[in-house]
Amino acid sequence: MTKLRDSAIRIQDVILVVLILSIAIGFSYYVINYPQDKIVERFMSYEKIIMAITQHLKIVVISSLMAIGTSVPLGIILTRPKFKKFAPRVLSIVNIGQTIPSLAIVALFVGILGIGINTAILALWIYSLLPILNNTLVGIIGVDKSIIEAAKGMGMQPKRILFKIEVPLALPVMVAGIRTAVTINIGTAIFAAFVGGGGLGDLIIAGNNVNRWQILVLGATLPALMAILSDIAFGIVERKTTI
Amino acid sequence: MKTLEFAIERWETILGLTIDHFEIVLTAMVISITMGVLVGIMITYNKTAAKIVLNIANVMMTIPSLALFSILIPLLGIGRAPAIAGLVLYTQLPIIRNVYTGIMNIEPSIIESARGMGLKKSKIMFKVKLPLAFPVIMTGVRTATVMGIGLGAIAAYIGAGGLGQYIFQGINRGNDKMILIGAIMVSVITVVIDRGLAFVQKRFEI
Repeated sequence: MTKLRDSAIRIQDVILVVLILSIAIGFSYYVINYPQDKIVERFMSYEKIIMAITQHLKIVVISSLMAIGTSVPLGIILTRPKFKKFAPRVLSIVNIGQTIPSLAIVALFVGILGIGINTAILALWIYSLLPILNNTLVGIIGVDKSIIEAAKGMGMQPKRILFKIEVPLALPVMVAGIRTAVTINIGTAIFAAFVGGGGLGDLIIAGNNVNRWQILVLGATLPALMAILSDIAFGIVERKTTI
Repeated sequence: MKTLEFAIERWETILGLTIDHFEIVLTAMVISITMGVLVGIMITYNKTAAKIVLNIANVMMTIPSLALFSILIPLLGIGRAPAIAGLVLYTQLPIIRNVYTGIMNIEPSIIESARGMGLKKSKIMFKVKLPLAFPVIMTGVRTATVMGIGLGAIAAYIGAGGLGQYIFQGINRGNDKMILIGAIMVSVITVVIDRGLAFVQKRFEI
């Protein structure tokens, strides 16, 4: 077990994380200290960048937690014998929902909640349901039937089988789903800026509107690096939960 | 109902934008399938190259689409060409990955026996490896195409035109009907094309 724990964090991950953080900090430093003209100088500041990052993270974290909180229980319920027959139907509905462009989903919620951060969070929540739900179902259904039979033979209750056997064995697959969902969410949270939700998309829109590449590229680089970072972090969690 | 009336009144514009969207995605997909399959085949001959290319592809896939398009603006400007370039960059990654896994997962004994029969390297690739890897490659192409159609909507932000333009206009004017119509058309195209490709895949599978 200890050997597995050691190997969960790979050396190339550490190098990549250091590289990403130095690019992010270095580029922010460059834009603020060497602005291309007065407009960039007046517009950019460390407080502004940090505020945009915090807002972005807030949207991503809240919507992802909500998605995990709904999808995992729903996935578990759909694998129980009573509700098993609904699983394909639920999956196909959510699958078709996934073909709607993320931008349109964020925009459509404006009609319901008005502009602001709540709209963005709700839209991202809906959009990240599928990967987690899908992987929860696949993970639990994929558990070897003979293991469950053995547990039944030992006299375990269905509830105990679920929490002691099925969920721990399905955990890596579930984490993979969460990993996909969070990575998508970091990208989709950029669209929050279009509906007044703030976040790093604000920098992209501002940079595009005033036609200054420094603001634009900073706004684009930071979420990209954030997505890569979260992918690495969840990759480590995924390897750690693998029994 | 109001949305339906709205759509019927403006069906010519909507149809034009749909065709535009289709054109952009089609151009991008033709380029990206050609490039993806070529790169995928090439890296099966060299393990180190494969490792590097696949790692880069994995990292690229996590970059948000709008961020990628925004980074392209200072480099390539705005308009249809950079949009297609962005789409190609993004959509060829699943294709490369699936071509590689498809070819590498073929049973070695089959390739051995083909070699034993005296087939040349290029013959083995075209007569044995590619046909056997076809279902996996097709899955990659389907994933890439579905991604590409959705991304095409976002590409409107850098001036590609297409249905994304309708959605962006809807956002700017606060017109829900336009957003809804754009979204529905995009998902209709996605579902139709995906089903079509699934049919092709079934039809030509060995």
